[in-house]
Amino acid sequence: MTHHFIGRRPAGRTRPVMAVLALSGVLAAAACSPPGGDAPTTGSSAPADVKTTCGTAPVTLKGYFETGFPLPKTLSEEFTKQFPNVTFDIREDQFAVITQNAPRVLADDPPDLMRLPQVSELAKDNLLLNMDSYAKAYGWDKWPASQLEQMRFGSSGERGTGSLVAMGLNFSMTGIFYNKKLAAQIGMTQPPQTLAEFDTALQKAKAAGIVPIDQFNGGATGGLAFPLQNLMAAYGPAAPINDWIFNKPGATIDTPSNLQATQHLEKWIKSGYFAPDINSQDYAMMMSRFIGGKNLFIFSGDWESGNLDKQMAGNAGFFLMPPAQAGGKQAAMSAPLTYGVGAKAKNPDCAAFFLNWVATNQKARDIGVQVGGSHPMGPTDAYMPEVGKDTVTAATLAAGATIGQDNGAMDFIANATGAIYAKSWTPQLQRLVAGQQNPQGLLTAVQKDYESQVKG
Amino acid sequence: MSLTPPGTTRPRSTGRGRRARRPRRAWLGWAFALPAIAVYTTFVLRPLALTVQYSFYDWNGIGAASWIGLDNYTRLFTEPELLATILHAFELIVFFSFVPVLMGLAVAATIRRIAQSRLATVARTVLFLPQVIPLVAAGIMWTWLLSTTGLVNQMLSAVGLGSLTRAWLGDFGTALPAVGVIGAWVQIGLCTLLLLAGMSKIDVSLYEAARLDGAGPVREFVSITLPSLRQEIGVCVTVTVIAALASFDIIYVSTQGGPGNSTMVPGLEIFYLAFSERQVGMASALAVVLTLLVLLCVLPIQRLTRDGNR
Repeated sequence: MTHHFIGRRPAGRTRPVMAVLALSGVLAAAACSPPGGDAPTTGSSAPADVKTTCGTAPVTLKGYFETGFPLPKTLSEEFTKQFPNVTFDIREDQFAVITQNAPRVLADDPPDLMRLPQVSELAKDNLLLNMDSYAKAYGWDKWPASQLEQMRFGSSGERGTGSLVAMGLNFSMTGIFYNKKLAAQIGMTQPPQTLAEFDTALQKAKAAGIVPIDQFNGGATGGLAFPLQNLMAAYGPAAPINDWIFNKPGATIDTPSNLQATQHLEKWIKSGYFAPDINSQDYAMMMSRFIGGKNLFIFSGDWESGNLDKQMAGNAGFFLMPPAQAGGKQAAMSAPLTYGVGAKAKNPDCAAFFLNWVATNQKARDIGVQVGGSHPMGPTDAYMPEVGKDTVTAATLAAGATIGQDNGAMDFIANATGAIYAKSWTPQLQRLVAGQQNPQGLLTAVQKDYESQVKG
Repeated sequence: MSLTPPGTTRPRSTGRGRRARRPRRAWLGWAFALPAIAVYTTFVLRPLALTVQYSFYDWNGIGAASWIGLDNYTRLFTEPELLATILHAFELIVFFSFVPVLMGLAVAATIRRIAQSRLATVARTVLFLPQVIPLVAAGIMWTWLLSTTGLVNQMLSAVGLGSLTRAWLGDFGTALPAVGVIGAWVQIGLCTLLLLAGMSKIDVSLYEAARLDGAGPVREFVSITLPSLRQEIGVCVTVTVIAALASFDIIYVSTQGGPGNSTMVPGLEIFYLAFSERQVGMASALAVVLTLLVLLCVLPIQRLTRDGNR
């Protein structure tokens, strides 16, 4: 028996070896062609003739929305009410998931309406519908240019100019929310007018045993980018920062005024103005602590206005980052809630009609403000819904007007490239909090990553 | 179609007849294996080959790819940040592997001594529980326990060690060990159970003989239990070392690699490279290196623990 098996062994051994060799040959042959190259080639130019209607035949718009934000869904429901032939087939995911999925989803299964992360790389790969024809047909190009420029993508690879590759449902803006009761305790009856006044308020809060600022900065979400960019706006002009975010050639974040801003942030950290555990906090924890009255300030955006008006009715206030000098111009991170249409989407006409309806329909604008908490898109003289005088929503809308006057809208520094937030700002800011990085080192490191990412 | 027992035809067949039939039987065998081979080829071998192929390209996952040869690999070994992820993985081996195996041995030996009591069953169940809980749920639970207001800090304060409290997962010095503790907690049950099963196979007469020779519990453990468990320890170490080197879920849920990349491991870095930085080629190269690294670590362990039985 033993002999029999030994006798068989050589044959038994060579056969799998041959099989493996043959298999790897097949695999090698299959793997010879380079990967990719299956991206749609259309989309770089705008469709020639477009219809500005959803028609009357039944249409199902495929949507890919962000979880946790009721605005797009509420808008879609109202739209179906007004245009019963249009129904929605909606898939929802967290923004981080959408960011990771965006290229593949747009290439394989393009939705008609999709919440988008930073658009540069998607536009570069021709995954987004060029909306220039719709902009012309609907007159979007006559709206204030600043509303649309963040969604323009030029042939040279920079954002801010060129073709329109996405649209906004509204545009949101960031600043500082404060707890009115806690503010009264330290004698702050009105928002600080200068950076120095803001510093005094922080110092007073700290002395009174109140946590001055709570800010999320844990995991992959470096929330200190909010105060940092606001400080950058207080110390210097907004335009060079926008150039950097839009990847203009030669742009740098490592400027003298940005260094001052980063040093100021470091001063806040070292003075203990932030909660001690910000490096382990996520956004949800920051919001729950603020709503629970655990701290005086948070840096966040007007997308929380509706929420705070409900949860802290009458007790939440909002102000823009005060300028370094009294009466100076103010700037803020302000970006459209970006939605795009897939280059190969089935119903681009109807999707564009929906986007135009969101900006122009009275009911839609009501929803935009009440549910979304932010300023609707559209011409400056468009209808604006009434909001209660003492609400945070009223305060954020007024702040939006100030930013408009001062021409101070900036995109978020985290949107400069697809990876700059998770791989550069976040770890660097976390190091700054831990005292393992200094302001100059931070700016140098981020600029170095940026250059390699823009080049790549 | 008659149901002849297989034994009845065999004796009649001559050696020659057998040889003649063998090729057909082999063909039949392959036919049975074919569906499995097809599935395995499509879902295991092909992705493996493609990963190796992608690692030689500069590709964003969508557009055209360009051949760059070994550039991705050179970058891997010249960028300190990417190398650091591999070092973190090795640091995690201490927590994911050494701690659970050592504690598993101690716990299993203890449980074995009280094997008859009900406490042993309860202890076994409780210790195995972490294996049943999804890793993501374990990660979430531990982030609560380790948060500034969590149970760990509350207990420290209660016993007068308030000065030690901190955000365990948000502190540069403690984040990686804290993640390691979660891993150790998860792995300890598996190790205990495996080692316990191994102990139950040991011949009782060996212990009796040792006791007659005057050996105490420690001597018994060192001279009988430990050598007999060579294979089980081998399995434990292999499984846990792979878990440490290829760790992803616990870290993704609890720290996402932060603060400041201090808990970044290769598994997570591959994910970020592929889906956030859109460097599919680079991600593939790191994946290939990680696979080789796991094999390099695990094969010697397999050899060492197997040799004893030959």
